[in-house]
Amino acid sequence: MAAINSELGQMTKEPSLLRRLVRSRSGLLGLVIVVTYVTVAILGAVGITPYSPTEQHPPDRLQGPSAQYRLGTDLFGRDMLSRLIKGATNSLYVALVAVAISSTAGTLIGTVSAYIGGRFDEIMMRVMDIFFAFPAILLALLVVTILGRGLNKTIIAIAVVYTPIFARVARGPVLSVKQMEFVTAARSIGMKHDRIVLRHVLPNTLAPLIVQVSLALSWALLTEAGLSFLGLGTQPPEPSWGVMLSDSQGISEIAPWLMIYPGLAIMLGVLGFNLLGDGLRDTLDPRLKRLR
Amino acid sequence: MLRYIAQRLIAVIPTLIGVSLLVFIAIRLVPGDAIVTMLGTEAGMLTANQRAALESYFGLDKPATVQYVTWMGDVLQGDLGFSIRHGKPVLDLILERFPVTMELAFVSLVTALVVGTTLGTLSAVLHNSFIDLFGRLFALLGLAAPNFLIGTLLIYVLSVYFGILPNAGNYVELTEDPVKNFEQIIFPAMTLGFSFSASVMRTTRSAMLEVLGEDYIRTARSKGLRSRTVITRHALRNAMIPVVTLAGVELGYLLGGAVIVEQIFALPGLGRLTLNAISQRDYALIQGATLFIAINFVVINLVVDLIYAVVDPRISYGSHK
Repeated sequence: MAAINSELGQMTKEPSLLRRLVRSRSGLLGLVIVVTYVTVAILGAVGITPYSPTEQHPPDRLQGPSAQYRLGTDLFGRDMLSRLIKGATNSLYVALVAVAISSTAGTLIGTVSAYIGGRFDEIMMRVMDIFFAFPAILLALLVVTILGRGLNKTIIAIAVVYTPIFARVARGPVLSVKQMEFVTAARSIGMKHDRIVLRHVLPNTLAPLIVQVSLALSWALLTEAGLSFLGLGTQPPEPSWGVMLSDSQGISEIAPWLMIYPGLAIMLGVLGFNLLGDGLRDTLDPRLKRLR
Repeated sequence: MLRYIAQRLIAVIPTLIGVSLLVFIAIRLVPGDAIVTMLGTEAGMLTANQRAALESYFGLDKPATVQYVTWMGDVLQGDLGFSIRHGKPVLDLILERFPVTMELAFVSLVTALVVGTTLGTLSAVLHNSFIDLFGRLFALLGLAAPNFLIGTLLIYVLSVYFGILPNAGNYVELTEDPVKNFEQIIFPAMTLGFSFSASVMRTTRSAMLEVLGEDYIRTARSKGLRSRTVITRHALRNAMIPVVTLAGVELGYLLGGAVIVEQIFALPGLGRLTLNAISQRDYALIQGATLFIAINFVVINLVVDLIYAVVDPRISYGSHK
C-alpha cells in the first residue's frame, strides 16, 4: 500500500519547471551560460572590474594577454577584460529593458486584440503586418534614424521591432482559450472582462511567451551588438561587444585578441539564451521534443 | 486559383499603403525641420525668402495629408526624390546598387540551400551519428554567430593565412569580369548565408525526421525501393515544403538585411547605400531606400505565398467554399 501511495505521489506531483529544464541537456547548458553571463553583468554594474573600463594606459597599448592585463589591452591601452565585463552589463541592460517593454506591450496588444476580436482584431493585425513588412534590422535602423544613436535609443529600436512579434505570439493562444467553456462560464457569472483576461486567459498563454522571451533576449543581444558594430548603438568610450569587435577591424592581424574575446562573448551570450529558449520549449511543449 | 491570387493581391494593398505611411511619418519625426535636414549646415545661410521659396517648392507649407498624397503620386510615377548628397535622383541610385545586393542575396541563398539541405538530410538519415552531431553543432554555431562576427573572422583568416583581402573595395561588376566579380561576392555571400544555412539545416532535419516516420515511407521501403530513392524521391520532396517557405522569407531578409555584410566587405549594394544615407542624414535617400526595400520584402513574401500554394496541394485557394 505504501509503495502504491508513493508511486501515486510521484505520478501526481509534477516536477518544477526548473527541475524539468535542468533535465534537458540544452536547457541546462543554456541556463549555465545565462547565469554566468548575468553574474558577469552584475559585476560590471557594481564596478567590480580589474581596471576602469574607460581608463586609458597609453604606454600599454595593444598588449597581449599577460598577468597584468588578463585579456590584453586595446588601441588606447584600455583593459580588455574590464571592457568585456562592462560590455556584458550594457548589452544585458539593453536586452532586458527592450524585451521587458516589447513583451509587455506586445502581450497587451495581442491579448486585447484577440479577446475583443472582430473588426478591431482585424485592424490591429493589419497594423502589425505593416511592421512585419520591414526586415528587422531595417526597422531598427529606421528607429535609430529618427531617435539618434545611443544605448537607450537602441532599446527603443529593439522594442519596436519585437512588439509585433510578441503580439502575434500572444494572440494565437488567446483566440483558442477565449472559446473555452471556463471563459464562457466566467462571463456568465458576470465576471468583468479585465479579470477574465488576467485570471483565466493570460495564464494559458504564458508557455509560448516565456519561450519567446528567451529567444527575444538572444535576438536583442545580437541587435545591440550589430547596431553598435555599425556605430549606431552604444557610443564610445562606453564599452559594447559590438563596438569592440568593430574597433578590432584592421588591427586584428597584429592583435587578434581584440577580435576573439568580444566575438566569443557575443556568441556565448546569444547561444545561452537560444539554448535556454530551446530547453524551455521542450519543457513547456513536449510535442515538439521528439523532433529535436 | 485565380481568385486566390486576386484575393492575395488585394490584401497586400493596405499593407503597402501602411508601409508608405510609416516611412513617410518616420522621416517626418526626425527632429529639426526638413530644409535643415536636407541641406545640413548650409541651411543656416538661407535668407527668409529663400527658405520660404524652398518650402513652397517642396510643398512643405502644405498640410501633411497633402504632402503625403503628393509624395505618393510621385512615388507611383517612379519619382522617389532627389539626393542632394549624391546629386542624383534616389531611384537611379537605388537601381544602380540593387543588382549588387540581388547578386549577393542570390549567391548566399544558393550556398545556404545547398549546404543546409545536404547537412540536414544527412543529419536526419544518420540520426544520432557523428555526422548528426556535427550538423547540430554547425546549426547551433550558425544561429549564435552573427554575420558581422563571421565576416570579421573570415576577413582575418583570409588576410592573415591566405593573403587575400576580400574587403579591398574596387568592386568589379558581373558583366565586366565575371571571375573577379565572383571572387568578390563569394566571401560576403558565405558570411551572409552562414546563419541561413543553419536554419535550413535545422528545418530540413526536423522535417526529414518527421517525414521518415510516415507510413508511406515504410510502404516505399517495404516494396523494396532502394534507400536512396526513398530518401530523395519520397522523403526529401515533402520535407522541402517548409524549406521553400523559409527560403522565400529569407530572400526578403537577405535583400534588405545585407546591410552589415555589405558594409564589412565594402560592397556597393543597397544596404550600404542605406547605411551611408543614415550616417550622412540624407533623408530623401533613407526614405526612398527604406520604402524600396520594404515593398520588395512584401512583394517577395506574396510571390512565395503564391508559389507555395502551387507547390503544396494541401493549401486551399478559398474557391472550394
